[in-house]
Amino acid sequence: MTTETINESLDDAHNDDHHDHKMTGIKRWLYTTNHKDIGTLYLWFAFIMLLTGGALAMVIRAELFQPGLQIVEPDFFNQLTTVHGLIMVFGAIMPAFTGFANWMLPMMIGAPDMALPRMNNWSFWILPFAFAILLGSFFMESGAPNFGWTFYAPLSTTYSNGSTAFFVFAVHIMGISSIMGAINIVVTIMNLRAPGMTYMKMPLFVWTFFITAYLLIAVMPVLAGVVTMLLTDTYFGTSFFDAAGGGDPVMFQHIFWFFGHPEVYIMILPAFGIVSTIIPAFSRKKLFGYSSMVYATSSIALLSFIVWAHHMFTTGMPLFGELFFMYCTMLIAVPTGVKVFNWVATMWRGSLTFETPMLFSIAFVILFTIGGFSGLMLALTPADFQYHDTYFVVAHFHYVLVTGSLFSIYAGAYFWLPKWTGHMYNESLAKWHFWCSLISVNLLFFPMHFLGLAGMPRRIPDYALQFADFNKWVSIGGFAFGLSQLIFLAVVIKCIKGGKKAPAKPWDGAEGLEWTVASPAPYHTFSTPPKVD
Amino acid sequence: MTTKEYESYYVPAQSHWPIVGAVALFMIAFGAANYVTDLKNEANGYGGYLLLAGIALVIYMLVGWFNNVINESMTGKYSHQMDHSFRQGMSWFIFSEVMFFAAFFGALLYARTFAVPWLGGAGNNIETGAVLWPEFTASWPLLKTPDGTETTGMGWFGLPLINTVLLLTSSITAHFAHVALEKNKRPQLKAWLGVTIILGLAFLFFQVLEYSHGYSDEMQLYLTSGIYGNTFYMLTGFHGMHVTLGCIMLIVMFFRILKGHFTPDSHFAFQAASWYWHFVDVVWVMLFVFVYIM
Repeated sequence: MTTETINESLDDAHNDDHHDHKMTGIKRWLYTTNHKDIGTLYLWFAFIMLLTGGALAMVIRAELFQPGLQIVEPDFFNQLTTVHGLIMVFGAIMPAFTGFANWMLPMMIGAPDMALPRMNNWSFWILPFAFAILLGSFFMESGAPNFGWTFYAPLSTTYSNGSTAFFVFAVHIMGISSIMGAINIVVTIMNLRAPGMTYMKMPLFVWTFFITAYLLIAVMPVLAGVVTMLLTDTYFGTSFFDAAGGGDPVMFQHIFWFFGHPEVYIMILPAFGIVSTIIPAFSRKKLFGYSSMVYATSSIALLSFIVWAHHMFTTGMPLFGELFFMYCTMLIAVPTGVKVFNWVATMWRGSLTFETPMLFSIAFVILFTIGGFSGLMLALTPADFQYHDTYFVVAHFHYVLVTGSLFSIYAGAYFWLPKWTGHMYNESLAKWHFWCSLISVNLLFFPMHFLGLAGMPRRIPDYALQFADFNKWVSIGGFAFGLSQLIFLAVVIKCIKGGKKAPAKPWDGAEGLEWTVASPAPYHTFSTPPKVD
Repeated sequence: MTTKEYESYYVPAQSHWPIVGAVALFMIAFGAANYVTDLKNEANGYGGYLLLAGIALVIYMLVGWFNNVINESMTGKYSHQMDHSFRQGMSWFIFSEVMFFAAFFGALLYARTFAVPWLGGAGNNIETGAVLWPEFTASWPLLKTPDGTETTGMGWFGLPLINTVLLLTSSITAHFAHVALEKNKRPQLKAWLGVTIILGLAFLFFQVLEYSHGYSDEMQLYLTSGIYGNTFYMLTGFHGMHVTLGCIMLIVMFFRILKGHFTPDSHFAFQAASWYWHFVDVVWVMLFVFVYIM
């Protein structure tokens, strides 16, 4: 291309985004190609889903408040646990991270927008429809899916309540959304970095999303494959997961967890990125061991493909399989340990201040590590025979997903709210949110470890009398944690409506290109790329 | 990368096509879910109509969206950088397709290496064989399932071999077409692309013929004929769908070439269609080896 044509096309580009710049009302949101608008949509959608999934959890905890059946029928209880899990994984945590990616990645790498903006819009707008189908199934004849978020065959095939098809097609749409979102993230990072920003100069936040996006592209199609087999087994007479036809229900678990284990890292690697951005900012030091962080994240991602069967130790695998998956799983503790060490080393002798993003990040480091340790316990094959399918497992993954992923999302939200809205949030209200959440979340999930060790199985509406006391406290913690999240809603709404004007860089230790633009970030940033040395 | 390329970056205007596509996908998903549920319950519903309407809407969306993109491309709004983004996007999309097939190949390999032998009592599963299905003997292809369904295996000689030759040849002709485009030899381009499309359609024809053999009373190889029939039809079926899609892409490229689109250094859409074609070819080779020969 000659210089003239470049300038012409540049003019065209500018005309295009300015003459119908920001339509008004609903059309702005439906037709938008702006990464910030789409990021906002993702974040609000995720928060609404968090409250929806949380409401289901409240019913679960109300039922489990005391032994016996009080509020719901066992079958409906199963629907609640299933949909709660699906919503939190696919509706709350993953879209929230995609929201962060949309808002922050282009600004962090000095790009004008995501690489494929219209596909970006499509990735978002198919999501609400998928969850409309999933949630809508509560009101259908069949009822909602009742086979657990892991939808093991034959629960989801032979013994399904008839909701399998709705579940399968909803998951297909979620998968399409994730794959398109991930392709967009990969292409944006590979192609639109500011001149001078080499891969090893990218913020760690960008690295973690880069690696997560690869995981998504690799495993979401496998999920699509396994739900397709589920569909044909249930409706078209195939027998992939039926021994009578030469298939194997255990094969379902293998394929599912080949998706499922990378999936749990999809939900935690971005959290590492957020926390690795925030801890240096409030320690007023550079991140300790940047390159080791990059390599640790990559090795966790690679290892995630060869550990899936640690979810299936009790299915009767050959001994070699048990040992292989046990050792590979324990190997993951090494790169994870590197990360925890680096976060602590970053804080070591820093000038620490404890604004809310930092509080959530420190809580993340401690509580995620607890979740990691219980994971290590579960990785031990002989021990897992006792822990398998008990509340110990529930405690483990809620520590990594709630006090891990969700806390990092809160940390990130507080950290960038000034950039998003142009106002400082109310610090004291935010601290209330933090402390209420911290205390209640531990009351909620910590006793579950003991319930599990004592033998209380997961996914049951009723339990033996000896579990009554702990369950009461867990339920109280659950209600308190649920209510505490409304404080966050209040903080966000107040922050959008007004508050102290935020400077371009409200945190004095923060680094990165996103702090070089005004707060709130202008609708279009970096139409010419910044120079990075 | 130079600064210049960044300055020419094109941020597209708002578009209504994605939301049309989202509604279409919803109609397809909700329609299909209702349709198969009704099918199973032997009820009559509106699911099928909703599914068809959704497919129609998605075609309308694709035509509109692609028209939009082609116009932008033909009026020179895209920079090299945009071209890079499209190319990378397409390659990662193809990678995701590879992983989709990997799930089914994984099922095939797991079934024949573990599930079927274990059902026959291999490893430490003597009890399984003796107690559950004492009559059952493991074999691959699994021509008699534990519950007694019988079928016949599809050999690799004949139609599958012809199809292999057809598809491999079409990959070569697609490459010749690409070379002709890069050298700006338009007549050769049209000829090679035309040959590729004909080979692709011939493949599909023989595939249908093969299925009709399978479903004949003689062979009794059905989708429901146990794990062998399952993996056979699911793998070749999804592959066939991808060949169909690839053919449609190539045909669209053919008409765009007739209209004078593409230049030696700017032909992303052609490149993407040809990558896709090579991808379905590679999948077929895997299929031929693991489904037919082994």
